[in-house]
Amino acid sequence: MYAAPVQDLIDELGRLPGIGPKSAQRIAFYLLKAPSEDALRLSHAISLVKERISWCRRCFNVSETATGDVAGQSECEICRDDRRDKTTVCVVEEPRDIVAVEKTREYRGRYHVLQGAINPIEGVGPDQLRVRELLARIDAEAIVEVIVCTNPNIEGDATAMYLASLLRALPVKVTRIASGLPVGGDLEYADELTLGRALEGRRELA
Amino acid sequence: MSLYRDQGVALRHYKLGEADRIVVFMTAGHGKVRAVAKGIRKTKSRFGSRLEPPTNVSLLFYEGRGELDIVSQAESIDHFRPIRDDLGRMTDAMSMLEAVDQTAQERQPDARLYQMLVAALRTLADRERRSPLLVAAFYWKLLSMEGFGPILEQCASCSAPASGVALVAFDLTQGGALCRDCRQGLPVSPEALQLLGRILGGGLAGALQEPDSAVTSEVAALATHSMEQHLERRLRAVHVLDHG
Ligand SMILES: [Zn+2]
Ligand SMILES: [Zn+2]
Repeated sequence: MYAAPVQDLIDELGRLPGIGPKSAQRIAFYLLKAPSEDALRLSHAISLVKERISWCRRCFNVSETATGDVAGQSECEICRDDRRDKTTVCVVEEPRDIVAVEKTREYRGRYHVLQGAINPIEGVGPDQLRVRELLARIDAEAIVEVIVCTNPNIEGDATAMYLASLLRALPVKVTRIASGLPVGGDLEYADELTLGRALEGRRELA
Repeated sequence: MSLYRDQGVALRHYKLGEADRIVVFMTAGHGKVRAVAKGIRKTKSRFGSRLEPPTNVSLLFYEGRGELDIVSQAESIDHFRPIRDDLGRMTDAMSMLEAVDQTAQERQPDARLYQMLVAALRTLADRERRSPLLVAAFYWKLLSMEGFGPILEQCASCSAPASGVALVAFDLTQGGALCRDCRQGLPVSPEALQLLGRILGGGLAGALQEPDSAVTSEVAALATHSMEQHLERRLRAVHVLDHG
């Protein structure tokens, strides 16, 4: 057994995703041996993020709290940007997906982060996601188009179909990003589902 | 490291590290197998969608040293496209996969269970019609295979024959249907017991043609309840979209 503070550190690290008991122990001892300022820089970065960053009250992206904001009442940079199209919403699973879409420079609308995807076997249903909040935005923000941009895997598909079934009742256009072959890849390596969907989503050549 | 070949249905997967996944398969020859699929979360992974539940795949594994093997090659046998395109079918598939995942033993060959799962997924992939009883029938068959087939012709507790007494309740922990004197568990209608008898007594194909009704719902609820009793845990997939 270790001294209580060491054991506490190991336990806390072990609660992080992807960190098993062995890794938790290794990291804990790395931190113990590291110079104080290195370890404290990490602890400072963690407290700063918890202090300054919260979820955007509109789209649930990460949002930096501006001075004077009430905690949990701030909006993210994208929602605050007046040049963006406010009638189009791109629905993603996680904030990091926003970064991926933004890198394309093809999209100028707003976002909505579900903070996960439906995963029946893990027991993650719509109630654990920001679905109700999305529905509330359609009317309140006069949204015209919802682009469902969930991952092209089984959880993302389930989420997309579920959202489509709810949004069907509302006066809004619902689209899903196309899935197909990765540019730069070889056709012969494509799996049947990907190739089948790529065929369905074919475009006329000009 | 040695290599081996098998066929298997992907039951579930979870993320590992930056771009990998652990995939759990129900295989034909090696029971439940947990294996790492390296790089599968990258858009250009050679695995593509082949290792996503509920795909049935032909596999080449590297035998790992611990409890995890490594997927070396995968070719689809059936990707059950109609299941992927329909939320109801997808939920049904997940409900069956979850029960298999909870029941099957790692590295204990069970070819019958694998065959039964593939057959059920094929039936589910029929675009023309979807039986409200498929998951329930699958649960009952699975329970029977596990040696927990319910007693329906007599009271499971006092052995009074169904011809003499009314069987009014059902409790799998007691063995099946129960008479008024022995009743516990859930109340059950004679119609539900009769339908259950057809599912387990060679009338499965006909039972799967039954349209949605109060009786099919009763048999389905009874199946979920009994499976949960058997597994001693709540099934997740069946309930996730219940109130959706
Ligand atoms: Zn925002
Ligand atoms: Zn009795």
